[in-house]
Amino acid sequence: MTPVLQARQLGRRYGRRWALRDCTLEIPKGHVTGLVGPNGAGKTTLLKLASGQLAPSEGELRVLGERPGTVLPKVGFVAQDTPVYAGLSVGDHLTLGARLNPTWDARLAADRIAELGLDPRQKARRLSGGERAQLALTLGLAKRPELLILDEPVASLDPLARREFLQGLMEATAADEFGVVLSSHLIADLERVCDFVIVLVDSRVLVAGEVDVLLGSHHRLTGPRRDPDRLPSGQYVVSARHTDRQSTYVIRTDEPILDPAWVVTPLTLEDLVLAYMERRPAAGRRAGLEVLR
Amino acid sequence: MIWLTWRQFRGSAVLTAALVAVCATVLAMTGPGLADRYARGVAACVADGTCDRFFDRFFDEYQLLFVLVGFVLLALPAFIGLFWGAPLITRELEAGTHLLVWNQGVSRVRWLAVKLGLIGLIAVAMACVAGLVVTWWSRPLDGSAVPELAQMTPVVFGARGVVPMGYAAFAFVLGVTVGMLVRRTLPAMALTLVVFVAVQVAMPTLVRPHFMAPVSATHELGRVNVGGLHVQQGGGEVRVAIQPAVPGEAGAWVLSTELVDGSGKAVAGDGQDAPVAVSGTSGPCSPQGAGAGLDACWAEINALGYRQRALYHPIDRFWPFQWIETGLYAGLTLGLTWLSFWLIRRRLS
Repeated sequence: MTPVLQARQLGRRYGRRWALRDCTLEIPKGHVTGLVGPNGAGKTTLLKLASGQLAPSEGELRVLGERPGTVLPKVGFVAQDTPVYAGLSVGDHLTLGARLNPTWDARLAADRIAELGLDPRQKARRLSGGERAQLALTLGLAKRPELLILDEPVASLDPLARREFLQGLMEATAADEFGVVLSSHLIADLERVCDFVIVLVDSRVLVAGEVDVLLGSHHRLTGPRRDPDRLPSGQYVVSARHTDRQSTYVIRTDEPILDPAWVVTPLTLEDLVLAYMERRPAAGRRAGLEVLR
Repeated sequence: MIWLTWRQFRGSAVLTAALVAVCATVLAMTGPGLADRYARGVAACVADGTCDRFFDRFFDEYQLLFVLVGFVLLALPAFIGLFWGAPLITRELEAGTHLLVWNQGVSRVRWLAVKLGLIGLIAVAMACVAGLVVTWWSRPLDGSAVPELAQMTPVVFGARGVVPMGYAAFAFVLGVTVGMLVRRTLPAMALTLVVFVAVQVAMPTLVRPHFMAPVSATHELGRVNVGGLHVQQGGGEVRVAIQPAVPGEAGAWVLSTELVDGSGKAVAGDGQDAPVAVSGTSGPCSPQGAGAGLDACWAEINALGYRQRALYHPIDRFWPFQWIETGLYAGLTLGLTWLSFWLIRRRLS
């Protein structure tokens, strides 16, 4: 099956500064994928490359098996801060979508707008942040894309609007089969909608996989202080923290944990992601310096 | 895409069209009366040979309006470049809506093609209407204008005929291209204005004089080409100043003019005066002899071999020059259009 997104040694440079470098990743079909990482990790650049807004400086990128930019009608994109035309009405935006997209679903668009309780005659500048985001999402959905890319769509929304937005997205993905790639630094939000997660730090994929599988194979171990090299070979240390007497490890393993000295607690997605991101100073110092330069 | 372009653009299009329409209506209403007065005045003055005086009076009366109309027409392309061209891209970039519109099913090359095509066409159409209306309206005034505002002179030439279309197309695409490079509305508008004015100044000063080889000719001195004749009180020397006009070549664009003496040596340039070797105490050029009219004085000076030597483009080159200049601006417009397509593919995100 062709992955929805496949990058090999992908890089993009602005002048002398690399916004994304040596990025290799693959997003399989049929998932709602969360792309997480700290600010400056290259998330927006990666998504802009995927939607064909930017051309790569190096490396290779395939979206739905083809070069990005050649598949415009098949890829929906909801940009950061969900921009809409302030001077156009809600109805105008739907007309815009209908005129500019060969696969436009007018019924879906109209239904969604009605469901949201938006007045089609209202100017977009009078909409609240949440309504604006919903309008942008409606444009993306009614395009009937095979892949919908959302770049930090909820970052500037209040918690309620954020939940409603993600609710709408979830309902749409449940009703239709299409891939979604969603970036955010709000991991709790992703936990609600994503079934696949990619942690991107300094252009590097630290971990990628289905959320259930990841949560099933990662554990937090708390117990008496112990050196990492005394852990069983099947246990891969993600992060470690030590006090005088106690050690806390986040480990990855496919085997059961038998040592009775450990208190084993399950991780939330947020714990898991943060554990990987903490490793950054050790694992990616070189890359980190390059970004700062 | 055409729908979106029109939907976003209709406000400013209607506003500008209304302004142009108001100006055109005013000109359309005053034009026939102006032409009528001119025709009757000419008919009357031909009979008694006082047309020079009639022209002066007639033009003087309308000079302010004449200059104002020309200025508005010269400003129209700059306005189009500033308010239609420059914000076309920058407004999208500043609001982030380029990320919305360029992610619909239409490629951004097509987006730009429709925007440039449709708005450019409207800009050219407006300039065409404005240019032709002004040309029609000012015909009587162009026939009677002072040499400094003759029809071929830079300021007037640019506000007549078909060149406003070239200016408008160029200014619009210039604004769009500058917007792509600068990416912010106000700086883009400022830079567009600076570049457009620079090109508008460079064209008549550096390029237009060389469209064709200017005519070089010497003419006898007379009322038309002499700007001033001074006789010193108490019978001193007689001084003659030459002005940029050529007898029998009304409407011409005089590039240079000078006074030459009998040996062919230049004695005074444009705006300067020089003594001529005629008596200021007696004879036709003296204050006493002036009663016979100045014609006798001119005859006396011309008899001594004084002549005007001028380099000029006569009025019959008006339309060839109009088409050459329109063509040049069309070429510049095409070049900038190519650049804007290149930029939108490679540079913008």
